[in-house]
Amino acid sequence: MENGNSGAVVVAGDVARRYGEGDTAVDALRGVSLEVAKGNLTAVMGPSGSGKSTLMHILAGLDKPTSGTVTVSGTEITTLKDSDLTKLRRRHIGFVFQFFNLLPMLTAEENITLPLSIAGEKPDPEFFRGLIDKVGLADRLHHRPSELSGGQQQRVAIARALVSRPTVLFADEPTGNLDSATGSEILALMRDSVDSYGQTTVMVTHEPRAAAIADRILFLADGLIVRDLPGASQAEVLATLTEIAAA
Amino acid sequence: MTKFALKGLLGRKLRTALTAFAIVLGVAMVSGTFVLTDSIDKAFDSIFTDVRKGSNVIVSGKAAFDLTDGSGTTPPPFDEQLLRRVRAVDGVRLAEGSVDSETTILVDKKGKAIVGNAPSLGFAIADGESPFNPLTLVEGAWPGAGEVVIDKATAESKDFKVGDTIGVQAEGPVRKMRISGIILFGSVATIGDATLAGFDLPTAQELFNKRGKLDEIAVAAEPGVPDPELLASIEAVLPPQTQARLASEEVASDAEETNQFISGLQIFLLAFGGIALFVGSFVIANSLSITIAQRTRELATIRTLGASRRQVLGSIILEALVIGSVAAIVGLFTGLLLAKGLFRLFDLFGFTLPNQGLLLENRTIVACLVVGILVTLLASLRPAIRATRVPPIAAVREGATLPESRFARFRTVGSLGLTALGFVSFVYGIFGSGLGTKQVLTWMGLGALLIFLGVALFAVRIVRPLAAWLGWPAARLGGAAGTLARDNARRNPQRTASTAAALMIGLALVTLVATLAAGITTTFRSAVDGIFTSDYAITAQNQFSPIPTSVGEAAAKARGIDAISSTRTGEARIFDKTELVTAVEPDTGKVLTVEWTQGSQAVFGQLGADGAFVDDDYAKDHGLRIGSEISVQVPSGNRIVLRVKGIFKPPAGGSPFGRVTFSSATFDREYDSPRNLYTFVQMRGGDAAANTKALKAAVAGFPNAKVQTRDQFVENQMAPINRILIVFYVLLLLSVIVSVFGIVNTLVLTVFERTRELGMLRAVGMTRRQVRRMIRHESVITALIGGVLGIVLGIVIGGLLIARVDFIEFSLPLGQLILIGVLTILVGILAAIFPARRAAKLDPLQALQYE
Repeated sequence: MENGNSGAVVVAGDVARRYGEGDTAVDALRGVSLEVAKGNLTAVMGPSGSGKSTLMHILAGLDKPTSGTVTVSGTEITTLKDSDLTKLRRRHIGFVFQFFNLLPMLTAEENITLPLSIAGEKPDPEFFRGLIDKVGLADRLHHRPSELSGGQQQRVAIARALVSRPTVLFADEPTGNLDSATGSEILALMRDSVDSYGQTTVMVTHEPRAAAIADRILFLADGLIVRDLPGASQAEVLATLTEIAAA
Repeated sequence: MTKFALKGLLGRKLRTALTAFAIVLGVAMVSGTFVLTDSIDKAFDSIFTDVRKGSNVIVSGKAAFDLTDGSGTTPPPFDEQLLRRVRAVDGVRLAEGSVDSETTILVDKKGKAIVGNAPSLGFAIADGESPFNPLTLVEGAWPGAGEVVIDKATAESKDFKVGDTIGVQAEGPVRKMRISGIILFGSVATIGDATLAGFDLPTAQELFNKRGKLDEIAVAAEPGVPDPELLASIEAVLPPQTQARLASEEVASDAEETNQFISGLQIFLLAFGGIALFVGSFVIANSLSITIAQRTRELATIRTLGASRRQVLGSIILEALVIGSVAAIVGLFTGLLLAKGLFRLFDLFGFTLPNQGLLLENRTIVACLVVGILVTLLASLRPAIRATRVPPIAAVREGATLPESRFARFRTVGSLGLTALGFVSFVYGIFGSGLGTKQVLTWMGLGALLIFLGVALFAVRIVRPLAAWLGWPAARLGGAAGTLARDNARRNPQRTASTAAALMIGLALVTLVATLAAGITTTFRSAVDGIFTSDYAITAQNQFSPIPTSVGEAAAKARGIDAISSTRTGEARIFDKTELVTAVEPDTGKVLTVEWTQGSQAVFGQLGADGAFVDDDYAKDHGLRIGSEISVQVPSGNRIVLRVKGIFKPPAGGSPFGRVTFSSATFDREYDSPRNLYTFVQMRGGDAAANTKALKAAVAGFPNAKVQTRDQFVENQMAPINRILIVFYVLLLLSVIVSVFGIVNTLVLTVFERTRELGMLRAVGMTRRQVRRMIRHESVITALIGGVLGIVLGIVIGGLLIARVDFIEFSLPLGQLILIGVLTILVGILAAIFPARRAAKLDPLQALQYE
């Protein structure tokens, strides 16, 4: 696949999300519209409580908006039944979590192929070998998560998210639980997967360093998109954040 | 996905093992029951087959109606001349006559009767070498005139050898006889604790008071003569009051009564297995629920990876399937051990059962697997469905909790409704009119089940206040550890409630038995106390076997007798039903007192040849009044017509008499070998050492006769009830043990879950001892919640049952209730040992780093 802007795979239209009712109600999102372009790495930034996590949950179909629409690969997901949503996840969505969320009793290889075995499919051997080489886990496949370092665990998680070649990969603070050196390696790996596989990726992060690898950076504050940068350096991101905080 | 489920189980070995164990004991009980009853069944079958060894046709005396074995009434013997006529029948190759008696008491070297609860069998061995003889000679020779052979078990336990002299007592006083040989019966290792004594025919006839008579003729056919043909030819020469039957039919009819006993025993024991499984299902449901709650993140993650709800459900069900299968297999084999234990248990309490080695039938294997797996699957259903409600978003949320079920708000109403429904069903079962025994038991069982379920579900609502109340001493005396323990018990009411509910069931049943027992004991004691007004009683050593009338006659010769009267018992056919009848002597009024609705104590002396008295219920049922005639058919076929002279009202504890009671004189005229159940004696000077000595001396020739003072007699009458109670308690203990495992399981899981919190507590200065104490207190509080609920339920259900049964009055068993309370606390302490040790072992640093 080629790296290019050939259409939107995730589209959000005026998404709002309110938690609670009455006086104690909190508006996490207050009308967010966006399009995620195919083959792009989109970073979502913002301070705590800006609604960036909520936005990702809603885009990924983990949470439902109070109002607004979300389509993934052309399918409106806010009204899907649980079983249809499950099928959509199998084909179109991959996840990378802050805490890795590996299954402790399975080996690295079993963890990686789990999405396929859940869907009742077998991995394409050639693709699988290439993927393992890319994430650098060839000699760690038969280890359990408890025998792996944090960085290795996150590599397993990234491989797991890529193995089914989803339409869009959602990463939730992928470097949030790693030291900075390891974090950089993971970021490089994610950038590489976008470049070589054309993997459309949406990454939520609060680290300017992470956002700097993105093709596009969305800044959220108080439940609204306040800035939309077409890629930026770490220093520019930091400056933008300071600017937002001051506003 | 299969891998996910199976590897998950392997990753949680301890938890899986603890969960599986909950069902192992229940399955073991099912397996043990089948193994036990199959083994007894086979042993009995081979006994009955061996007894008829070598014969094609059996000729025996014929009673006018079917008699119950062991009732003391036997078919009339017939003239031994018949043997010669049978031998002359065409097609008869061999025929041999014999006599037997179920009350041939052997006397040990100390002069004590060798008796248990099994019959003391005496029989003739006409010819030791005949093909009819099922016995093998281990040592010595077959008996000659005046000699006896005894079984190996008795010889060994009482240290008798060939050539020794042994006391034998049948109908008359003890006779000293030489032991000519030691024998073994057929192929059976033990035939219960029955004793065997074999004599030559003339000696046996004399001992059993059957001179010139026979009880049975065994017949073998000439080669080529078919059995039915032989049967027909023999029947042609038989006089009245005798019958001929095929040996195979005889075996089947012998087996009939034991089969009834065995299937009764089977149902009885299976019920306890069922209770243990029911308790086990609570434990499993609870353990799985906790495990699933702890795996919320994991389950949510696989949902985000594309697992459907159905796949999540499937993986939990698969886990349950594996747990159930493993538990069922382990339980199956544990059952073999349990069967051995049950043999021993029954042995210990005087119900020795025949045993030929354990028998594991295919049916047992299938039943255990089906039951174990099914119960586990059913128990896993609720947690499995809960697991499907784990939302994918829980994968990214710290400390996500499961959403409440849609039905959660109906829980209180639903659980109360279930309890109410249970009580309705239970009450309908015991008070509903026109229900058969089976229906009564079904409604009661269903009711109890619903009540337990309902209360278990409702318990969530009362756990907090109960724990606050029951945890008060812990909080007061246990310091910070005690206070934390109380708070921990209250913090997840659902979990505490389910754990306590498992214990509740076992303790409710223990309380129920204790309540019923207290009712029965009090009522029965007051009945015996009220009726039995004499100074002494003489019965068989085991209290219930009939003893020869010569005992009463011998006792009557004692010095200082004021009044003596014996009660005989037998079976008769009255109003087309086989009933127990009793016979009394004229002096009975001086030793027994009953309440008369018609007539008076004088009735006893006025019975004469055709007088009778009946109880008020029987009189009402058959419209009997003073002067009414009752036609009674005795086993010989004779009909006697009796006239009602009195009607009495039996006390709540039960009637000391049969349905119809008439005079001993009439009884002795109509029944062969009449026997006494009791002999009551009034002495001048009452209960005194000299009188006891005189009475004992008078019956010294009858080692099976037991002289008891009034107090001893009352106590002895209670003994069988107490023995049965102990068997109940032991069997119920099984379900209590299962619930102990439930508590252990919950605590282990809780400790695991609170690793971080425990680390923090240790870090801020809690000692290992305090940690242990905290877990122990929490355990005891949980156990006490189960105890309180169980005791209350037990008393309520017991009260309902007693309200139904006329012959028991309610009486609160305070002593036992205190004991149950103590047991509950012990259960809590015991269950906490292992989890508390684990909690205390946690390294504070590691605990904080966990995850």
